[in-house]
This record gives sequence, structure tokens and C-alpha cells, in this order.
Amino acid sequence: MTSLDATTDVARRPFTGRRVRLGDLLLQGIAGIAALGTLVLVGLIAWKIIQGARLSISTFGISFVWHVAWDPVHGDFGAGSFLFGTMVTSFCALLIATPIALGIALFLSELAPRGIRGPVTALVETLAAIPSVVIGLWGLLVLAPVLRDHVDPALHSTLGFVPLFGKASYGSNVFTAIVVLTIMILPIIASISRELFLSVPGELKEGALGLGTTRWEMIRGVVFPYARGGVAAAMILGLGRAIGEAIAVALVIGSFTGISGNLFAPGNTLAAWIAQQYAGLSTPLATSSLMYMALILLVFSIIVNLVAQFIVRRAARRQGLSR
Amino acid sequence: MSAADLSVLQRPNDRLRRRRLVNRGMELVAWLTAALAVLILGVVVFSVARRGWSALNLDFLTKSQLQFAPPNVKQGLANAFIGTFIVVGIATLMALPFGILIAIYVNEYAPKAIRSVVSLTLDVLAGVPAIVIGFFVFGLIVISHGQSAYAGGFALAVLMLPLVARSTIEVLALVPDSLREAALGVGAPRWRTTLGVVLPQTIGGVLTGATLAVARVAGETAPLLFTCSLVATGTHVDPSKPLQTVPLAIYQLSDSPEPADHARAWAAALVLILFILVVSLTARWLATRSRRKIAQASR
Repeated sequence: MTSLDATTDVARRPFTGRRVRLGDLLLQGIAGIAALGTLVLVGLIAWKIIQGARLSISTFGISFVWHVAWDPVHGDFGAGSFLFGTMVTSFCALLIATPIALGIALFLSELAPRGIRGPVTALVETLAAIPSVVIGLWGLLVLAPVLRDHVDPALHSTLGFVPLFGKASYGSNVFTAIVVLTIMILPIIASISRELFLSVPGELKEGALGLGTTRWEMIRGVVFPYARGGVAAAMILGLGRAIGEAIAVALVIGSFTGISGNLFAPGNTLAAWIAQQYAGLSTPLATSSLMYMALILLVFSIIVNLVAQFIVRRAARRQGLSR
Repeated sequence: MSAADLSVLQRPNDRLRRRRLVNRGMELVAWLTAALAVLILGVVVFSVARRGWSALNLDFLTKSQLQFAPPNVKQGLANAFIGTFIVVGIATLMALPFGILIAIYVNEYAPKAIRSVVSLTLDVLAGVPAIVIGFFVFGLIVISHGQSAYAGGFALAVLMLPLVARSTIEVLALVPDSLREAALGVGAPRWRTTLGVVLPQTIGGVLTGATLAVARVAGETAPLLFTCSLVATGTHVDPSKPLQTVPLAIYQLSDSPEPADHARAWAAALVLILFILVVSLTARWLATRSRRKIAQASR
């Protein structure tokens, strides 16, 4: 009886009735809470990592970041060697990957004949989809022996006067990690850059070509300047990926704590070292020190993403103005 | 005419020839880099396929791992396949509704300022290294409750969330406003417009995003190391205990000195790659279909 009353009541009301609003309130509320949940989640990640690292922070202070040590027996820990390894591997990988990725992006956006453009784009994206553990397995069992037997000695004998290219004895070394990271960030930078190059207005390109430039001059004079900000953001995102990659690097970099200028010696990175410790969390201080390293990684990743977003937004605004 | 005049005329030609040469050279370099990318992919897939194929047999797919197996006993990774299915399933159940709701809020309700804050947060979340997310879940759940498939699934869900939310935001933005206006115009309330008119239009795109996210997290090892790795022997399906997963099995087997273990790691890698390829291709196909559908609806 009451329900019948309710329905007739609703039917008589204008359609801005309260029940209608209730549904809206509900959906907006639930969806809003979910969106708020994202912020809470990021905050929770930061808080939990800081909380876990507190013991190590109070023991070692800020000097943990550059202190070179990992001695569970004497309780002496520091992230210095891992931070060094992370810097070397990710910057070298970025240095190698960027020109190759730009070449791929130019090929896919400007040069490729129609018939092979689609398939090659799909293949490059497939390379990005291969899991890092598979790349690591391949790097460890296929790539590392090849590099050890052929590439490393060749580089050592031709460029050995540079201390970077020292004597190679193991297949698992910093150089192998650099190659693996290069392969992993290559498709990321390439596919973002491809989209940027495709977004360059056709009239600008045609204008340049109409003035008699060659295709390369058009690319250098029109495409690159137009996409400059975006390419920088793509590089930063690739760098972020390289800094955070744990599994593939853990498999191929060997395990060495200490600083060595030789690319052909084993090394380690922050992320890889955390991954290698998963079965051997010994003392609370060791666990806390790993958390401290995770905190360094977290800070890196947040900075990297904010800077990339800032560049993208600024570039988008500038392009909006110039149109 | 004197000879000097002719040389003046020829100089621009020389320069043109050099410019064309540089152009040719750069085009060649671009072709070579693209060839290199395809070559790398080919070499990786070929090595995995060649080494994995010989170890891929019925026993591999149907038998489980044993802790201390005598060398002549046949082992497989059935437990890892089941475990990955369960852990990724848990992750999807958590991340999918949450992600869709976020996208609805961002696209249908949020004021502009909040929209940009949420999407920036999603970008930051997507950029957090997987190993850090695993370690976060370790601190949040594992320290107090121990490892479990739930903890592993939660870690993967954190990884999936920004992927699902972002792809859903993108497809929701594709739905033309005329549809929303039509629904609101015939008196439908906002929530019915969103759930009954806008969302069904995007179902293909949402599924595509979800499928790609599943393909992505199914291969993730790092979030599971600290949350779902200390696996007991034998096959069990109890998600309150840690379950073996395919990527973790590859990681552990690749560290082993036994060639037989390497063979199984390759076979597992082959299965994983095939799964990811099939799923991504299916998702792409769904994507083109749904985009066509939205385009038709907007006409």
C-alpha cells in the first residue's frame, strides 16, 4: 500500500523530484569517493613506505643516500652503490635508446610506405608488451653470453684506453643491463614520439617542402622544433621506466655492491637490489633500509612524472596559442 | 662565356647534391632503426619460441611443480597457470569497477580543477615502479597478515587501476554530447543517462582497456615478489595463501643452475608471450569494432 502511494506520488511530481536526485547523489558520491580513493592510494603508498623506512632514516639520516655499504652482519647500510648503478644504467640506456627511438618514430610517421606502416607500428608496440621477466630471461641466457664472448672483448680491445671499457669476465654486468634497458625503453620513447610527429600540422610540413627543402631539412626545421617538448617528456618517461625496472636488471646485472667505473663488471641498481632481496629479508634494519631505497625510487618516479606532465602541459598550451 | 661564370652556376648544384645526400643518409638511418626494432623483437620471440617449444608438452601444462623432485619425475607448471589466473582475476575484480567509477567521475561529474588533479594523480600512480608497489603492499598487508594471493592481487590491482581508469576516460570522452543531451532531453536523470546511455556505448572500449591491462599485469613479477612468492608445495587454489604465478616461476627457474629448469622457464615464457599476444590482438580488434560503433552512433 505504501509503495503504491510512493509511486503515484513520484508520478505526480515534476521530474526534478527527490528520488531522481537520490540516484544522482548516489552515483556522483560513489564515483567521487572512487576518485578520491586514487589520491588516498598515492598518499597511502608514500606514507607506508616512509613509515617502513623510518628506522633506517633515524639510524643513518640523509647520508644513507650516498653511503656505500651493505653489511647486514655489522648493520651498516647505504644506497650509494645502488644509486650509482641506477644512474649509470638508466642514463646510458636513455642515451642509446633516444636516437634509435626517434629514427623509428620518423620512419613510422614520415617515411614508411603505407603497406608496412601499420604492421611495423604493431610490432614496435608488441616489443613494449613483452614482460620484463621474459626480456630478463633472454638477456641472461642468450644476450649475456653473446656480449661476453664477442661484443665486450671487441669494445675492450678497441676502446680499452677509456676506463669505462675495462676487462670483461662475466656475462652478467652493467653493460648487459644497459642493453636490456635500452630494449625496454626503446618502444616507449618511439611510440610517444611517433604520435607527436603525426600531430605536426600537415600545412607546416607542406609549407617547408614547398619552399624546396629536402625531407630531412623539413624534419629538422619543422617536425623536431614542433615536437621538442613532447620528445623531452617521452625521454623523461623512458628514464623513469629505466630507473624503476627491477626484474630484468636483477637477472642480468650480476650482484655486486660497490662502485666500479668498469661497464663490464657486475653492478647493481636500487630496484634490482630490492628485487634480489625478496627471499632474504634478515633484520628489521635491513628491511627498513630496503624501504628507504624504495622511498628514493618513489621520490624519483614522482619527480619524473610531474616534470614530464609539466612539459606536456606547457607544450600543449604553447601550441594552443600558436594556432 | 668564360669558365668562371660556369663554375658559379655549378656551385648551387653541388650544394643541392650534398643536401640530397644528407637527406638520403638520414632516411636510410631511419629505415635501419626501424629494421633494428623489428629485428630485436624477432630475435627475442624466436629464441623464446625455439627453446620453449621443445619443453612445451602435455605434462608441462597439466602437472605441477614439486619441491624436491627426483630428476626423472616429470614436472609442469600447472600450479603457476592456475595461480596466475586466480591472482590476475582478483586484481581485475578490484581494479575494474574502481577504475570505471573514477573515469565516470572524472568525465561526467568533476569540475575542471578536480579533473586535472585526479588525472595527474593517475599519471603519478602509473609511474610508480612496480617493485615499489610490491613493497608498499608488503608494508601494508604482508607484515601483519603474511603473503597471500589476495595481497598479490591487490598489488597487481594498484598497477591496473591507472591503466583501466585512463582508457575508460578516453572512451567516455569519445561519446558525443548529443547522446547525453538527447537522454537528458527526454527526461532521464543524469545517473540513468550515464549508466544507461553513455556507458553501454563505451562497453567495447572499456573491455579493450581492461583486456590490455590484464595482458600487462599478467606478466608482472616485481609486485608479486614481496606479496605472493613464498609458495608451498603442491597445487592448491586457496587465495588466502600465496600461489605460484607464471612470471615468478620464470624468475625463479632462470636463476637455477639446472638446464631442465631453464627449459621450463623458456616454455613458461613462450606460454606467457603467446597469451599476451593473443589477448592484445583480441583487444585491438575489439577496439576498432567499438570505435566504429561509436562513430556510427554519433552520426
